[in-house]
Amino acid sequence: MLRLENIHKYYPMGNQTLHVLRGINLDIEAGELVSIMGASGSGKSTLLNIIGILDNQDAGDYMLDGRQISMISETMAAGLRNRYIGFVFQSFNLLSFKNAAENVALPLYYQGVSRRKRNAIAMKYLEMVGLTDWAMHLPSEMSGGQRQRVAIARALIAEPSVILADEPTGALDSSTSAEVIEILKRLNADGKTILIVTHESDIAAQTRRIIRIHDGVIVDDDLDPAHVQS
Amino acid sequence: MFSLDQWQEIIEAILANKVRTFATAFGVFWGILMLVLLLGAGQGLQNGVQQNMLLDAINSIWIIPSRTTMAYQGMPAGREHPFFEEDLESVADNVAGIDLMSPENQLMGEFEVKYGNRSTSFPVFGADSEYFGIKVTQKVINGRSINPLDDRERRKVCLIGNKAAEVIFAEGIDPVGKYVQIRGVNFRVVGVFSFESSAMDQAQRIYIPFSTFQGIFNPDRDVTLFAVTTAEGFSGKKLEADILKFAKQRQTVHPDDNSAYWVHNQEEQHRSVTNLFLAIKIFIWLVGLGTLTAGIVGVSNIMIIIVRERTREIGVRKALGATPASVIGMILQESVFITTVAGYTGLLLGVLLLESVNKALTALGADKQYFNRPEIDLRIALSALAILVVAGAIAGFVPALKAAHVKPAEALRSE
Repeated sequence: MLRLENIHKYYPMGNQTLHVLRGINLDIEAGELVSIMGASGSGKSTLLNIIGILDNQDAGDYMLDGRQISMISETMAAGLRNRYIGFVFQSFNLLSFKNAAENVALPLYYQGVSRRKRNAIAMKYLEMVGLTDWAMHLPSEMSGGQRQRVAIARALIAEPSVILADEPTGALDSSTSAEVIEILKRLNADGKTILIVTHESDIAAQTRRIIRIHDGVIVDDDLDPAHVQS
Repeated sequence: MFSLDQWQEIIEAILANKVRTFATAFGVFWGILMLVLLLGAGQGLQNGVQQNMLLDAINSIWIIPSRTTMAYQGMPAGREHPFFEEDLESVADNVAGIDLMSPENQLMGEFEVKYGNRSTSFPVFGADSEYFGIKVTQKVINGRSINPLDDRERRKVCLIGNKAAEVIFAEGIDPVGKYVQIRGVNFRVVGVFSFESSAMDQAQRIYIPFSTFQGIFNPDRDVTLFAVTTAEGFSGKKLEADILKFAKQRQTVHPDDNSAYWVHNQEEQHRSVTNLFLAIKIFIWLVGLGTLTAGIVGVSNIMIIIVRERTREIGVRKALGATPASVIGMILQESVFITTVAGYTGLLLGVLLLESVNKALTALGADKQYFNRPEIDLRIALSALAILVVAGAIAGFVPALKAAHVKPAEALRSE
């Protein structure tokens, strides 16, 4: 599903450059549930951004579903994000002036789906995350857990094959965190490929593969960890 | 790109972000409103002054012989040298550049203007039909003017000012077709005119054809004064000089005796008035352009702030599949929509204000000598509006373009 070969990423910092990713090689099959762990500044979010085509690598090859992702136009990148990838962010990133249903429906707006139709579909996805009664509420009227469920519904509405979650529980308390992780696990069970960036080991522990990053290189790729089986 | 759905999306965003909308709208609204009021006030000033100063056609020249001041060819200084009809014919035949020409004589001495048993006293003048093309501030409001046939056939007809008509005729009587008696001679009223200048009110005058006047009241056939208008392509100053040169020669007046004729050249006066208006216009336009510039700078600033404020939103939209084109389209469409509506509202309010000022002036019976009919050229107002809208769009386009091409990862990091 995803294949990264020798990915490098630099950030200019004043007159120096920061070498954030130093040759990442990674293969992720369809249907995997993967967590990426690392301290802050390790490059894990940068890696997720490159996988989500929110950022581009400075060197190396990235293939998404057999498609070469480098040197593609921004318009094409927008189309790929829209159809292949669903994002779940730590800070939810809902549009504050749109209600839950409109937020969820937004990816379909960019597919040219009619308002009536996309709002109807949005209701279906809100039901899936248990927020039917909150469809007409603004994000500011909802709790953190509810907002993140709205964001998950939004990530799902375009039926992408990959869900990228960047610290999805970072702003939530432990019980709502558990709910969110449960939803993600359920989605994985339905066949979605899911990548979770986290620095919480109990979150990572619930995934089937843990990739640890330190200083821009993968230091450990723990496929099928023993504690999950036990 | 301009689908109904996109419009709905934009209207939603506009209504949901009232402060932002107001900030953008107000600058444009205010700029256009001020511009309209300013241009309107300037035009009102011009209308008032113009009406005050403009009596006759702007290319008219009036010539009245007075006494000579220099002895010449055996003639003493202080001699009177009235025109006679042949003098005028000779001027008309020999001087090039005359378009319209008419003599004017006033009936002197004691006389009455009678209608039935009503007896009044109004000044009576004899003038040719062309006279009424020179004295443009006289507008026929009922019936007709004196025409060439009246001149040729020495008809006993008259054209009367509306102020005179009000006194001569009882209320409810249409003067046209009635006969008035002037110094015992009956004249048929063919028309009523009003005098549309506040400088002087000549609406109590009565005009009869010059030929009739001379035949009945002036057997001496002298002419008090005459007026001409300059033909297209001729200079008024040159024509004045040519006429005077010819008249002096004919009347044996010293070539340098400039006091022998009293001359009123409207073109000269018109030029000074025109210069005054030009100065006022330049001033108004400077202030107006200043206002417009302030509006453009205001809109540009707000657009830059708006795009910065929306960077995170743009990041989110891009992550969800918004193309750069759709991001630019969204920002521009919103800004153009807001500035157009706001500008149009300012324009409308400005015009309404000008209209109500005009109404109030009329209702209060204010002296309109220096301010009348404030109005604006709609084309200018609409161009100003277009300039603001386009400037707003351009001002929004640069930051929108930048924001649309920022990496979503970077946009999402912004606060």
